[in-house]
Amino acid sequence: MEVNLQEIVFYVVAIVVAVCSALAVSTGRILRAATYLLFVLFGTAAIYIILGYTFLGAVQLMVYAGGIVVLYVFSILLTRSDKDMKYKISKPKLVSVLLTTLVGAALILFLVFTNGFVLNSIPQAGELGVKEIGMALIGGDKYEYVLPFELLSVLLLACMIGGVLIARKR
Amino acid sequence: MDLDIHVLHYLVVSTIMLVCGIFGFFTRKNMLATLISVELVLNATNINFAVFNRYLFPGQFEGHFFALFGIAIAAAETAVAIAIIINVYRNIKKIMTDDVTDMNG
Repeated sequence: MEVNLQEIVFYVVAIVVAVCSALAVSTGRILRAATYLLFVLFGTAAIYIILGYTFLGAVQLMVYAGGIVVLYVFSILLTRSDKDMKYKISKPKLVSVLLTTLVGAALILFLVFTNGFVLNSIPQAGELGVKEIGMALIGGDKYEYVLPFELLSVLLLACMIGGVLIARKR
Repeated sequence: MDLDIHVLHYLVVSTIMLVCGIFGFFTRKNMLATLISVELVLNATNINFAVFNRYLFPGQFEGHFFALFGIAIAAAETAVAIAIIINVYRNIKKIMTDDVTDMNG
């Protein structure tokens, strides 16, 4: 069987995502955890682009990698929380957490593998165009999303006001 | 030309991400590190939405738009959570989960 370029890209991205997400929750320095989170978000955007959802990948890069990680880094530096990272949970608790997550992973993988997905290829030319996304986002018919869109704008406004109110100086 | 990647491979990647996020959520003591773990969980679900949409219903966009709205809601949630954490730090100078116990009752 021949291996084409997209498959190589996918498997490299998959390995990077898996390793960086494991490192992001196990490293001892919180700034490094934020950096590994940034790499995981880049990998997620790459997966969206491999799937053909280039707009979603661009949104992921802008909102997550451009906005949220910067917010994390600023708040890490503001709260000087690097010295807090050395307090670990106790050994029996760690063992029980590890057991719980491994059992959960086994359950999820069992469900995924016994579901019987037989789909193993997608048409590569099918990139979702920006015009279709825009028309579906502001249309009011069935399978069109103007109501969630407007609701989301209200939510973002409320969150902005809430963030300013919570974080302001008294 | 088709892209021959089985749908299970995407799901395994998102499962690894989800499990790492849950593990970090249980083990981390710093509130910001806990929030980073929550981001991993949210990302795993977004990948699943996009993958199921692409492979199972390629003519429709529901999963795509759900992932899009999920990203926006995750951004809002992170902003509010970081505002709360910064306010907690301003009041008690600590952001460990063991120190924030005033609402335990």
